[in-house]
Amino acid sequence: MALHVDDLRVHYRTLRGDVRALDGVSFAVADGEIMGVVGESGCGKSTLGKSLVRLDNRMKQVGGSVTLDGEPLPIGDDRAMNRFRFKSVSVIPQYAMSALNPTRKIGRLVADLLAAHGISYSATRPELLRRLALVDLPETVLDNYPIELSGGMKQRVVLVLSTLCDPALLVADEVTSALDVSTQQAVARTLVEFRDRGYVRSMLVVTHDISLVYQIADTIMVMYAGRLAEKAPSDVVVTEPLHPYTQLLIGALPEVGARFSDRKLTGIPGRPPGLRNPPPGCRFRARCPLAFDKCAEQPPFVEVAKDHRVACWKAGS
Amino acid sequence: MTDTERMEAPGVPALAEPVAPLVGRRRETLHFAARNKKVVGGLVVILAFLALGVLAPLFTTHGPNEYVGPPAAPPSADYWFGTTTFGQDVFVQFANGIRSTFLVGVLGGGLAALIGMTVGFVAGYRGGLVDELLNMVTNIVLVLPALAVLIILHAYVGITSVPMQAMFIGLFSWPWVARAVRAQTFSIRSREFVDLARLSGMRPLAIIRREIAPNMSSYLFMTFILLFGGSVLMAATLDFIGLGPTEAVSLGLMMNSAVHWSALHLGLWWWFVPPGAAITAIVGALYVMNVGLDEVFNPKLREM
Amino acid sequence: MLALEGVWKNYRLGAFGTRELTAVRDVSLRVGPGEVVSLIGQSGSGKTTIGRMVLGLAAPTRGRITFDGVPVAGLRGRALRRYHRQVQGVFQDPFSTFNPVFKADRVFALVRDGFFRSVPAARWRQRVEAALEGVRLEPADVLDKYPHQLSGGQLQRMLIARALLLDIRLLVADEIISMLDASTRIDVLNLLGELKATGLGVLFVTHDLALGTYISDQTVILRAGEVVEAGPTEAIFTNPQHEYTRDLLAAVPHLHRRWDEPVK
Repeated sequence: MALHVDDLRVHYRTLRGDVRALDGVSFAVADGEIMGVVGESGCGKSTLGKSLVRLDNRMKQVGGSVTLDGEPLPIGDDRAMNRFRFKSVSVIPQYAMSALNPTRKIGRLVADLLAAHGISYSATRPELLRRLALVDLPETVLDNYPIELSGGMKQRVVLVLSTLCDPALLVADEVTSALDVSTQQAVARTLVEFRDRGYVRSMLVVTHDISLVYQIADTIMVMYAGRLAEKAPSDVVVTEPLHPYTQLLIGALPEVGARFSDRKLTGIPGRPPGLRNPPPGCRFRARCPLAFDKCAEQPPFVEVAKDHRVACWKAGS
Repeated sequence: MTDTERMEAPGVPALAEPVAPLVGRRRETLHFAARNKKVVGGLVVILAFLALGVLAPLFTTHGPNEYVGPPAAPPSADYWFGTTTFGQDVFVQFANGIRSTFLVGVLGGGLAALIGMTVGFVAGYRGGLVDELLNMVTNIVLVLPALAVLIILHAYVGITSVPMQAMFIGLFSWPWVARAVRAQTFSIRSREFVDLARLSGMRPLAIIRREIAPNMSSYLFMTFILLFGGSVLMAATLDFIGLGPTEAVSLGLMMNSAVHWSALHLGLWWWFVPPGAAITAIVGALYVMNVGLDEVFNPKLREM
Repeated sequence: MLALEGVWKNYRLGAFGTRELTAVRDVSLRVGPGEVVSLIGQSGSGKTTIGRMVLGLAAPTRGRITFDGVPVAGLRGRALRRYHRQVQGVFQDPFSTFNPVFKADRVFALVRDGFFRSVPAARWRQRVEAALEGVRLEPADVLDKYPHQLSGGQLQRMLIARALLLDIRLLVADEIISMLDASTRIDVLNLLGELKATGLGVLFVTHDLALGTYISDQTVILRAGEVVEAGPTEAIFTNPQHEYTRDLLAAVPHLHRRWDEPVK
């Protein structure tokens, strides 16, 4: 097992109390697995991605543990995590491609990044060029400024950079959302290719776009309001979802070709609960068409079929 | 839910996320302002001087320029700040001087704010040729040697009163405000709520006044504070070199007289130290307040 | 109703206006009453510029945009206001469209100030409530609240209600749901579908092909400012003629079908 997350709880501190962004999340990612983490705004998926690499000074880990390749990952300790960042665990944060320093050439950027982690630029350069060629980027890109590159090119540069040290785990947070549809496809395919070539061992692809993640992920994990709702192989999640939230979510997606006049799709009424004082029990209860009394008690995230975990009292029945 | 999303990097094309409302923000702002030492400290100093300037003259029995006491007397129980070489009460001069200092700050700063903001808003909103022209005007005023012009004006017209001095100061201090407001207006103007206002039939002036300016309120407030301080300093400088209003009492004029009558050589420190210290304290407090306010208004600078 | 004929939009860039950027190149399209036209393009295709020109927020460099035969570009003052009684827009980011320092229902007050000064307060309130109910919002839920207290979906629907208050005939919807969560997107789309049935014309600007097909009758595919393919939606999606359209359709991720190449 490459990554093991056990009952992880992460809170954000605010003036008006703690926001319970992650409230007891447990799952495992195997070697070579691409796991898609999907959910809507506020579900905690980005927090999950971030907390595996660096907790910024407003986040605090209040419980749970993370293990990578059998070794505990000290996510609560910023200094201790230095050893792991970029080499074992790498993250592509949201808007990474907009965060490239506009006044530095890409080559300088790479050199600085490697130097900060004690890696020699000249020694790594041949491999860097090889990987750039793999994603169809010419060597000249190292002499360009970020503004001279298109969105897709920048995203690919970021991809290559983040995986330069062959990390065991890559967390890609919304890496395709700002891109055009064809570039999206290219970047998504690159992610898979990197895994296939062993540049990255396992991957967590965090996104709100379930159709995209279905294309490339082996497993899909659905999050809702800081907790896990469902986790299963991607085919299963899409064809036989067991959690009512997943079912409604998939039912609300217009496909190319679906017409309003033929079959009207429906959304999910209501909004997710606030996470400062979340309601007890199942957090989807207020919006769930299948809710009944037992839902006042939080359903455990259990395996109801092979590799298929759901947090719902009604699942499996 | 909303707070979690605010922690994550905001912007396009993230899923839409909300911003705190004015009421909530005002309360939060006040909360932080009250806790910020720089803001509170600066405010206390300013208010203390203001109180002195407003109240003290009401309790004194003689005017600032009257010859009341023994000449060149050091501070004592009767004359807290001693007397000048002519026997004028330095403390009374001081208290009255503070009044004119605040007056020039408010008037001069206010005028500069008015001109600067008007030019900045119009240039930023309209763009194009209007922007070019206003930029030219701004640059010309910026480049004019204000001191030289003021000397000439003083020689021809004579600056006789504090409001007049304030007016001249105001006419020269606005360019940086125009530049800054223009830049901010440019960025706010492209926001979609301005488009919506246009689609609702709002005229440009109304849009600037009701949509754009409220979004910059904290910035405008800080601008005014800086202009106030700048005016005070400019007025003190002008008074000190003798270009000040001839009929008023002011801190700078006190220092001018002190130098003129060799107070330094004669050791009459009580004549020029209080006014100098007061100007330094007032302007310093204003600038410190400004730094503090920047921390208050900009959540990223706060220490959580 | 709405007609674009040979519309061009050029911008001057560079220090002395030396470079020229052509954002829209010779675009022609029509929107009829009760018709939804999808304007589909990726970033930089000029679709937002076209939307703004139709709304009168920018003027075309060449060509004509007419509404009921009347050119839009030259309208000013009262004539422009009359135009906005018939044509309104909703934009991409609801939290940017509502001025964050004020309450959300202020947008209705602005409409009243601009167009309905003489209507008494009580009757205006009734109209607002009726418009909100028309977009399936409970007046009590959304009135007297700040934008941050409401969801993106609610805000976008309030903007549609605002447009309806003016009894418009054409709505320019520029990426109105791309920043909303999946569960609320479909509600807003369904609303547009229902309004279409009452005679409202919609220019639906988007980059997302799946959203583009759901409610539209006609589709226009835009690339780098030029129209690449245009026609009835059904025809374009089942039988795309242009290679660009075919490539776009092939790249769209589907929920029940993988991209052609084997993944594992």
